[in-house]
Amino acid sequence: MGSSTTWGLLTATFTASFVEFVEALTIVLAMGTTRGWRSALAGTGAAVVALVGFTAFAGYALVNWLPRTALQLGIGTLLLIFGLQWLRKAIFRSSGLKAMHDEEEEFREQAEAARRAGREERFGLDWFGFVVSFKGVFLEGVEVVFIVITFGLNAHNVGLASAGAAVAGAIVVTAGAIVHRPLSRVPENTLKYGVGLMLATFGTFWAVEGTGVFQSGGDSLSWPGDNWSLLALLAAWFILSRVLVKLAPAIAAGRGGAPRRPTATVIEEAS
Amino acid sequence: MRFVRGFAQFWYDFIVGDDWKIAAAIATTLVLGAIVAASVATGASWLAPVLGAALMAAFTVSLVVDLRR
Repeated sequence: MGSSTTWGLLTATFTASFVEFVEALTIVLAMGTTRGWRSALAGTGAAVVALVGFTAFAGYALVNWLPRTALQLGIGTLLLIFGLQWLRKAIFRSSGLKAMHDEEEEFREQAEAARRAGREERFGLDWFGFVVSFKGVFLEGVEVVFIVITFGLNAHNVGLASAGAAVAGAIVVTAGAIVHRPLSRVPENTLKYGVGLMLATFGTFWAVEGTGVFQSGGDSLSWPGDNWSLLALLAAWFILSRVLVKLAPAIAAGRGGAPRRPTATVIEEAS
Repeated sequence: MRFVRGFAQFWYDFIVGDDWKIAAAIATTLVLGAIVAASVATGASWLAPVLGAALMAAFTVSLVVDLRR
């Protein structure tokens, strides 16, 4: 594996994992400060245990049950769908059609919901705090696991991909423990834009290679220039996204003339 | 039953996400790509860039449909 691929793998898994860990930290902090740290940390611990089991199963299944080309198609498709969801939100945010993601605001909403929720004790734990922490960490964690496994398997270096995610996790947890509040100063919207572009690029590359499974022989399709075509794909996705950022307000307004920049958020959904 | 429904909902949210049109556009393009791949000679160098461009076009269409809702 060349050094550019090594750095690309590290950067991709570190950045994607960093963003996911920041979101999980916000949820756990909101539960810890409003419902109690014991339940929040128990939920986090249970989610980590579930993630270890999930990682072992998913890793074994992907490596042993699928031929390489089918693996490329499957995980390329998943990465592409994840990446394009991120890119869609980034385009909406950059064009002013959706409010910027704000960890402080997210924290306030989570904390407010936690204060309103009723109290139910199970196994000596506040059940609301436990379940919300578990779900938040597990959901964000599964995304990290998928990214690490897919990038790692394709680059034949799951260890390096895991290291990128582990360093991101360590930084976020340490920072969260020190400041004891959401990491709102992290440029999350820019990072998400970058991660969306990376996932879309690698997803396109692998999903297209994987369609070779339907050809006689079942070998991967070849991109011109092999791995160098990743740079061309990245540039193409970036240019397309900038064009869409420019055109999105006009398209949303239902006309092709002068763009209208809405002052209010018109796209309402989860972050 | 509640567990099964919750389990299915979790994976739907995880894979399909907020906008099902993106997943539908990508799946449709890749199915069409698979049909083309199966019908052309192995080693056709134009196929990968064309499929890549088709995926970008599919994303653009899904976004435009989303914006025009």
